[in-house]
Amino acid sequence: VSLPPFQRLVDAHWRDVARFAHALAGPVDGDDVAQQAWTQALAAYPRLRSSANLRGWLLTITARCATDAHRGRARRPAPVGDVSGVVAAGHDPSDPAAGAALDAAASPDDPLWTAVRDLPERQRTAVALRYVADLDHAAVARALDTTPAATRRLVSDALGTLRTRLADVPDPTDLPETSKETVR
Amino acid sequence: MIDTEPETELETAIAAAGRRFSPQVSPPVLAGADISYVVEDVAVGRLLLAARRDGTLLTSAYVPDDAEADALLDRLARRVSPGVLRGGNALDTARRQLDEYLAGRRRSFELATDTVLATPFQQTVLDRLARDVGYGTTTSYGALATAIGRPSASRAVGAALGANPLCIVLPCHRVVASSGALTGYAGGVEAKRHLLNLERAAA
Repeated sequence: VSLPPFQRLVDAHWRDVARFAHALAGPVDGDDVAQQAWTQALAAYPRLRSSANLRGWLLTITARCATDAHRGRARRPAPVGDVSGVVAAGHDPSDPAAGAALDAAASPDDPLWTAVRDLPERQRTAVALRYVADLDHAAVARALDTTPAATRRLVSDALGTLRTRLADVPDPTDLPETSKETVR
Repeated sequence: MIDTEPETELETAIAAAGRRFSPQVSPPVLAGADISYVVEDVAVGRLLLAARRDGTLLTSAYVPDDAEADALLDRLARRVSPGVLRGGNALDTARRQLDEYLAGRRRSFELATDTVLATPFQQTVLDRLARDVGYGTTTSYGALATAIGRPSASRAVGAALGANPLCIVLPCHRVVASSGALTGYAGGVEAKRHLLNLERAAA
């Protein structure tokens, strides 16, 4: 295999990795997740066996780091009722106003992405790898250590949940343009 | 199963929502690369310096443009390790010694070097050059060819010097035509003249 100098991956993909880390881990953990992903990628890179889809490889590592951050947070003793909700929104549930402000800064009030963040962890990761990182089912399956068939189930369960959640939104005319379309 | 089904509006919207994140961050700061490099403008031109993690210098090569720099980084990735990153402090010593040399305050380099990018013949030529041709002196291609026991190989010696991955540190600028004329140099004849004048003045 002939791998390009690692610096070229950093230059080409650092924005993508940062965006993906923030999308999955939220504004509080996003920077740490991205930094961790790069450190792990640099260490593993010289032993990589294929130079095909290096962006997909980086985003897969980023997704794993986001999962680790999520679990680390869940293990920490904290005043936490609903763990998935805390990480999904990336804020202290006792202060909903501050959290809403942070979320708005990261992604302008987007009910669709909030619903994605509220998905169970593996569904959320599968959805992000499939649609945001744009990996095919086989690559998502490798990232999640599972089969393509199981990946399809994860994704289709997630889409079902999202359709239901978004249909529950009381007044669809309040939604931004893109989300309105999806509610149809 | 293959991915042939068209995306639904929901799927398209998820992709769009995920891409709208624009965190205000800068590129990652990373340490521990197998190879660190910097591209630096010095008095005689633009140099790409690269070193292993322990500071062993691998290149000090003229790269007039980005394409040449990229090509050299590709060679390092292929021949040594793809773990190549810009910056880092593995190059601090080499940069300081080069600055001192170019200011006329240093006559020899105390650096660990590795000519891994050179062929065995090139290494033979460069080893001999570094041993025999001291600061402020010059030799000819023919004399160097004779010194390595290949008196008829002066053209091959010239080519080997032209491929020197460690310019300035391994002093290929001290080799001139037997007439004394300044012939080709990776950094250009002007750079060669600058270095020889510098050494003559300081010697």
